[in-house]
Amino acid sequence: MSSNLDDQYRLRKRPQSEKLVDSGFKSLAVGLASVVALVLFAILIVVFQGGLPSMLRYGWEFLITSDWNPVDDEYGAGAAIYGTLVTSILSLFIAIPLGVGTAIFITENIIPKKIRNFIGLMVELLAAVPSVVLGLWAIFVMEPFIRPGLEMLYTYFGWFPLFSSPPMGPGTLPAVLILVVMILPIITAITRDSLQQVPKRLTQAAYGIGTTRWGAIINVTLPAAISGIVGGVMLALGRAMGETMAVTMIIGNSNNFSFSLLAPGNTISAMLANQFGEADGSQVSSLMYAAFVLMIMTLAVNILAQLLVKRLSLKY
Amino acid sequence: MNSNNPSLITRNEQLNYKPNIKRNLGNRLMTGLAALFSIVAVLPLVLVLGYILLKGASKISISLFTELPPPPGLEGGGIGNAIVGTLVVTFIAALFAIPIGVGGGIYLAEYSRSDWFAQFIRFGTNVLSGVPSIIAGVFVYGTLVTTRLLFGNAYSAVAGGLALSILMIPTVIKTTDEGLKLVPNDLRRGALGVGASRFITITRITLPAAFTPIATGVVLSIARAAGETAPLIFTALFSPYWADLLSVDGWFSSIATLSVLIYNFSIMPLEVQNELAWAASFVLVALILALNLSARWLGRVASR
Repeated sequence: MSSNLDDQYRLRKRPQSEKLVDSGFKSLAVGLASVVALVLFAILIVVFQGGLPSMLRYGWEFLITSDWNPVDDEYGAGAAIYGTLVTSILSLFIAIPLGVGTAIFITENIIPKKIRNFIGLMVELLAAVPSVVLGLWAIFVMEPFIRPGLEMLYTYFGWFPLFSSPPMGPGTLPAVLILVVMILPIITAITRDSLQQVPKRLTQAAYGIGTTRWGAIINVTLPAAISGIVGGVMLALGRAMGETMAVTMIIGNSNNFSFSLLAPGNTISAMLANQFGEADGSQVSSLMYAAFVLMIMTLAVNILAQLLVKRLSLKY
Repeated sequence: MNSNNPSLITRNEQLNYKPNIKRNLGNRLMTGLAALFSIVAVLPLVLVLGYILLKGASKISISLFTELPPPPGLEGGGIGNAIVGTLVVTFIAALFAIPIGVGGGIYLAEYSRSDWFAQFIRFGTNVLSGVPSIIAGVFVYGTLVTTRLLFGNAYSAVAGGLALSILMIPTVIKTTDEGLKLVPNDLRRGALGVGASRFITITRITLPAAFTPIATGVVLSIARAAGETAPLIFTALFSPYWADLLSVDGWFSSIATLSVLIYNFSIMPLEVQNELAWAASFVLVALILALNLSARWLGRVASR
């Protein structure tokens, strides 16, 4: 009798097959996760290797000279690197106030919730519009529309180096404006998320000691959310540096170095998009070198973003 | 009691809201400024969508979906091959990115401890999601296209799909990881407690419980991939013909996509091609917004 019960309740041993499936599944998951690492290393190695001949040939000079002449086999990415930095940083300066302002407007209790949600939805949908469509819009709608404004800038501020050439359609400034449209949703979305995570009691305490709404926002909410906002801004900077299609279509793709924002310019990604398909020999290698530079730049920005977020996060 | 402190009553007057003192003026000024910024932020979307509707929707016809793009100089034609191509390339990308992404996410959420490998994978995922899309194209061009690694074919739909999948993987990993972490640990302990193996726990309990956030993330990443151009221009290239999907060759030869068509046709100085670019934008944006809104709807239905 008792032995029967024992049999009935004896713990079942896992069959070998089940163990095999279990450990196999774990190895599969580990293997699939390592694909990420593999791809990342492979990208670095392939781009580095491709650019190596040009790196050995031109060295650091490649980064500051701006001849780009496939006929004479002379390459320098100075103009493109300058263009990448100028377009991304300028667009960031315009997009930060707009994005943070919008995020505050749709998280603080200023307007009815329905309108806030609607604005939030619109900004998120803006992020979904493909870059190439924004480029098309920039070529045919935005650029003709802002042309008179650019011409006015040239007429009245032509003495200023940044506006010292007549606008002729595509140029750096239109590229900056379309970049603003592209990175605005990132800054808004991340700022909104980090503002929403600030505990309500902080703001309420500020109101309690007699501050105004904006007193609380500027002195309490924004400082408490700063780590997230800085992270979002850095992410947007990385995105702006790597953004390709819209910029390629509107920047004019000129390798002649010019300080003027109204003149056609170039960025590394625009140069890649334009020339990679029909390049060969040392031009491919030079493009790979430029791609490697772009990659290091975005990598640095992204890693810095992760570090800053960790450093700045407040404990409350 | 009140008579002990008469100053309370006189001070009371100060509690009235005075609209014209400095702090209240500043307050309203800032609110107005924020409102203005929001309008400026929403304006581009309204303008872009408005123009696409205006210029693109009027071109919608049956021939747009069934015909090939016209050779330069000719009228008419459609973008049928590019619509098929976008679906094909995005499908190939999803085919690679979903298993890798979900598998990686399962590792991070269910198996990883905070050892160096897991931290490295997390870090790598973040870094990979920041890699510019054009670099993914350069990478695939360098590994698959110039070397003709894919059975001797250079530009191909598969190469384009692989380039897109590099951009999708980080998103899928992150959403899977975050979705699985939202599943209460009690469910896992309960399943393990009644004798289920890890494999059964994950496939029968935690993955189904996290289905909605994972599906939402996957749909969003597909929507993003469908609109990408930069990784395709020198991997999938373009083709003025229909893709021959019934033969293996069709999958390994260059293929037209909507996004590359928009790029190519917008920089041509030809009216007909420009109009087709607007029509293609309409179709592409409609497809992407539909995917986005359905992902949102999916999330909302499940959270009820």
